[in-house]
Amino acid sequence: MRWIKPLVFMLCLVPLVWLGADAYGDRLGANPIEAITHATGTWTLVFLLITLSVTPLRRLTGINALIRLRRMLGLYAFFYACLHVVTYFWLDQFFDWTAIVKDIIKRPFITVGFFAFVLLISLAVTSTNAMVKRLGGRRWQLLHRLVYVIAIAGVVHYLWLVKKDLTQPLIYAAVLGVLLGYRLVRATPSFQPWVARMKARFSTA
Amino acid sequence: MPIKKPAAILPSEITDKAVYLSRRRFLVAGAAALATGGALPAWAGTEPAKRFSDLRKSPYSVTESPTRLQDIAHYNNFYEFGTDKESPAKTAHTLRTRPWTVVVEGEVKHPKTYDIDALLRMSPLEERIYRMRCVEGWSMVIPWVGFSLGDIIKQVAPTSRAKYVEFVSLHDPEQMPGQRSRVLQWPYVEGLRLDEAMHPLTLLTVGLYGEVLPNQNGAPVRLVVPWKYGFKSIKSIVRIRFVESQPVSSWMRANSAEYNFYSNVNPEVDHPRWSQARERRIGEFSKRPTLMFNGYAEQVASLYRGMDLKKNF
Repeated sequence: MRWIKPLVFMLCLVPLVWLGADAYGDRLGANPIEAITHATGTWTLVFLLITLSVTPLRRLTGINALIRLRRMLGLYAFFYACLHVVTYFWLDQFFDWTAIVKDIIKRPFITVGFFAFVLLISLAVTSTNAMVKRLGGRRWQLLHRLVYVIAIAGVVHYLWLVKKDLTQPLIYAAVLGVLLGYRLVRATPSFQPWVARMKARFSTA
Repeated sequence: MPIKKPAAILPSEITDKAVYLSRRRFLVAGAAALATGGALPAWAGTEPAKRFSDLRKSPYSVTESPTRLQDIAHYNNFYEFGTDKESPAKTAHTLRTRPWTVVVEGEVKHPKTYDIDALLRMSPLEERIYRMRCVEGWSMVIPWVGFSLGDIIKQVAPTSRAKYVEFVSLHDPEQMPGQRSRVLQWPYVEGLRLDEAMHPLTLLTVGLYGEVLPNQNGAPVRLVVPWKYGFKSIKSIVRIRFVESQPVSSWMRANSAEYNFYSNVNPEVDHPRWSQARERRIGEFSKRPTLMFNGYAEQVASLYRGMDLKKNF
C-alpha cells in the first residue's frame, strides 16, 4: 500500500502532461485555447466523480485503504478546477475584470460554475488534518458534504454551456446520478432490508 | 437599395505569392501522403484536389490575412458529420458530390434543375475573401470561390409572390452519418429574405483557397452570407425554393429563443447564454471586438433600416 499513493499521485498528473505535450506539439487543433478550457473542465469533472466513487467502491469491495486516496483525489479535482478557472481568467478574458464580473453575473452557466469553484475552495482549505481537528469530525463531515452540491453544479455548468448535443454532459449526469443514488439508497431507512440483502450477496460472491 | 462597394484592394495587401505557394506545397504533401497510403488529410479526398483557373479578384474581399487552410478544413460545425468540430474532417469522405443537382423551384417563372457541373460554368467564378463569424464566438477569414447567388435568381425570375428563399441541404443518412442522430431536424433548412438573397455579397460557393470545396466545408455547393452567423451559410445544398412566408430554419426549430430568422452578426445583442461582443479569430491569441454586421455594415445595414435588431435577432 505504501507505493500505491505515490503511483496514483503520478497517474493523476498524466492528463496535465498529456495536455502540455499536445500544446507543445501543436496538436490542440484550430482553437487551442478552447481545447485547453474544455480539457481542464473535463478533468475537473472526472476527478470529482472519481472522488465520489471512493466511498461506494470501498463499501462494495471492502478495501478500506481506498479512503486514504480520497483527499488526494479531491485535491486533484481542485487542482484541475484551478487550471480551468485560470484558463478562463487569463486566456479567455485576459484579466478583464469588468468583463469577468459581468460574465459571472449574467451567464447562468458561468454563475453556476463559479459557484461550484468557490465551494470547492472552501473544501480544499479545510482538507488538512489540522482543519479536521479544528472543525471537529461532525462539522467537518457536514461541510464536506458540499461536494455533492459542487458535483451537481459542475454537471449543470456543462449541460448549460453545450450548444445542442447534450450527449456528453448527460453521460456525466448519469454517472453522478448513480453515485448520489447509491448514497440516497443507503441513507433511506425503508431501503435498509434491501441494502442488507445486496451486501450479503456481494460478500458471498 | 444603394450598395456601396469598398475600395479596391491595394496590390500590397494581396497575399504574397511565396506564402500562397507554400500552401500549394502543403497540398502536394497531402497528395504524396495519399500516394504512399500514409496518414491522409480528409480534405485531400480520394481524387486529386481540383484547382480553379482564372478566378476573378473581387472588390468585396477583405484585406485581413486568411486563416490557414488546415484550420478551415479541420474545425467545422457540420452536424451531418458529427457534432464536434473535428468529426467532419474525418467522416465527410462518405459524401458523394457527383452526380449532384440543385433544384430551384417555387414562386419563380422559370424553375430549373441545375447539374453541379453546369452550375460551375454558369457564371464567372470569383475569389472572395470574407470574414466568417460563428455564433459560438470564434471567427476566420476565408478565401471562398463562387459567384453571387443573385446570378441564379435573375435566371429563374421570382414572381411577385416570392418574399423569401428557403435552402435545403442533402438528406441521406447513408452519406451523412450524423443524420442518424436527432440532434437537429433533418434535412438542414435555412432561409433568407429575397433582398438578402439578392444582395451581391451573398455568395453561392463552390470552393476555397482556389480549390473545389473540401467535403467537410459543404461540398459541392454551399451558401456564404458573410454578415450573418455561420450557421446561416447552409452547406451541401440540393434545393432552393422561393416562397411567400418566412421559412423556419433548423436552428429556429431547435431553439427559437436562441436562434432567430435573421441571425445577423451583432456585438450588441448577446446570445442568451454568452456575449457576442468579442470573438476569437482562429490563429490569434487575444480576442478582438466583433463588428456590426461582421464588418459589412456599410454594404448591408440599409437592408434592416427601421427594424428592431434586438427583436429581430
